Amino acid sequence: MILTFIEIRDGKIKKSSLEALSEAKRRADELGAAAAAVLVGPESAAVELQAHGASKVYLLENPQLDAYSAQGYAAALSEVVKATAPAAVFFAASAMGKDLAPRLAARLGVSMASDCTRIAVQNGALEFTRPIYAGKVLLTMGLKNRPALATLRPNVFPVAASAVDSEVVKIALNLPEGLVKGRVAEVLCETGGEIDVSEAEIIISGGRGLKAPESFTLLRELAVILPKAAVGASRAAVDSGWIGHGHQVGQTGKTVTPNLYLAFGVSGAIQHLAGMSSSKIIVAVNKDPEAPIFKVADYGIVGDLFQIIPALKDELRKIFAE
Amino acid sequence: MNIVVFVKRVPDTESKIRIQHQTNAIVEEGLNFVISPNDEYAVEEGLRLREAHGGKVTAVSVGGEEVLATLKKCLAMGADEAVLIKDDLKEAYDGLRLARIMAKAVQNRFADADLLLFGRMSVGADNAQIPAMAAELLGWPQATVVTKLVIEGRTAVAHREIEGAQENVAFALPAVVSAQKGLNEPRYETLKGIMAAKKKVIPVLTLAELGLTAEETAPQVQIRKMETPPPKAAGRILTGTPEETAKKLVELLRGEAKVI
Repeated sequence: MILTFIEIRDGKIKKSSLEALSEAKRRADELGAAAAAVLVGPESAAVELQAHGASKVYLLENPQLDAYSAQGYAAALSEVVKATAPAAVFFAASAMGKDLAPRLAARLGVSMASDCTRIAVQNGALEFTRPIYAGKVLLTMGLKNRPALATLRPNVFPVAASAVDSEVVKIALNLPEGLVKGRVAEVLCETGGEIDVSEAEIIISGGRGLKAPESFTLLRELAVILPKAAVGASRAAVDSGWIGHGHQVGQTGKTVTPNLYLAFGVSGAIQHLAGMSSSKIIVAVNKDPEAPIFKVADYGIVGDLFQIIPALKDELRKIFAE
Repeated sequence: MNIVVFVKRVPDTESKIRIQHQTNAIVEEGLNFVISPNDEYAVEEGLRLREAHGGKVTAVSVGGEEVLATLKKCLAMGADEAVLIKDDLKEAYDGLRLARIMAKAVQNRFADADLLLFGRMSVGADNAQIPAMAAELLGWPQATVVTKLVIEGRTAVAHREIEGAQENVAFALPAVVSAQKGLNEPRYETLKGIMAAKKKVIPVLTLAELGLTAEETAPQVQIRKMETPPPKAAGRILTGTPEETAKKLVELLRGEAKVI
């Protein structure tokens, strides 16, 4: 059985968790095994998980899990792993998944694969491919230990509906008192509910060519027109203080794989390309025809971004006003 | 406050990485190695906490003799002491193996530590596993990907980055914190610091001295293949006036690429 940890934010299942569950179902089918889901959250979430291939949905209940903590969640998940002996446990490589999965791995005494972009079955066992050196190299690896733990990069694995016979199993955990010595006290929406670049389907990114912090307003205007779009930035723009570091794409920022990456005034330093070159479609707009960004661009425009963005806005409005 | 900062030596982010296919390793020759950029934020935070609360900052790294240069940099930035844990195994991309070594070092040599600091992720293996693993092995709380840290007495509050928001994590010391860009602005080494670092002796500990068995340090990751991603096919350059190229681009994104 492949178990997938399902993350709930604001009462809803995260899309990246459904991606992980869908991949678990595909690989479980190949192994002749079942897929199951485990979550701390409302029973109402079970229906959607059953529609995506979870033949068992484990609902964890314990007051120590009311606020998220890696310590408490890892202890809880290790109990489920002991009781169900899965061959593998999948997580989305989300902020929570990256915080929690290694803690569970250490608790179980197993090594793990982080931020996978491909999972295959080889000789009856899972094999994981993951970018290292921020995507400059792809590492394909196996894990000697069981269960095999992996986090799956968001926006890479397709979500697939797959209805199965399924049951919901409630597990009331007995966690020792005082186990959790740190927990989330509050969530601050400092970014005003903007979509994060790691989850966006479209990224509109700006670099040194924007010349001034005010120019990011142009990119934000495009992001408003396009659905599920976020504003990204190069290290040069972030280090100049034009935009917060949470927007930075690249080796020292975030690695992203949106459907569409629009780069305005981004020259394409190697550490930036590493973080975005696996985007499905890349568009580059730059004054300099020699800019390295054009080497990874599917469509390039050599020109002045300050003239092209307004024209682009008009064209996009025609479509998205429909 | 006793602070231990774990640092790693990695190729700088401008490096082109080549692969040695026979051994499934990267070619180190010709690479410029630096302290992992995220680790600099961890070192800086340690120094600032010491300045505010008193105590000691010890920089620790796991690796061969070549890591001494990385530790010297930490000393030059202002760390009080540095320790090398000698490990001759090449990069195994196995976070648990390193976390076990580090947790053991804390238990045996730095049992009085109040805080362990790490970079959010080493730039290279890109695992981002060790801070949470070390915290679990020690039974300590963790705050990862932290952009703000406030410590008062034996409790702390950290801001950690999540998707489109920040979480406020409250925890008790001793604890593990991993640093993200935005936490601080790392200082440069001063000439005085570099001179003082030269004089400091960096003790070397072996895995055996830490009481680690061969079984505990055997990698569980099986490296099967390392490859460079396939190069992208040449793209298309659109020409014309801004209005023409914008129109063409939108048509292509909609009709050909089908992404909008």
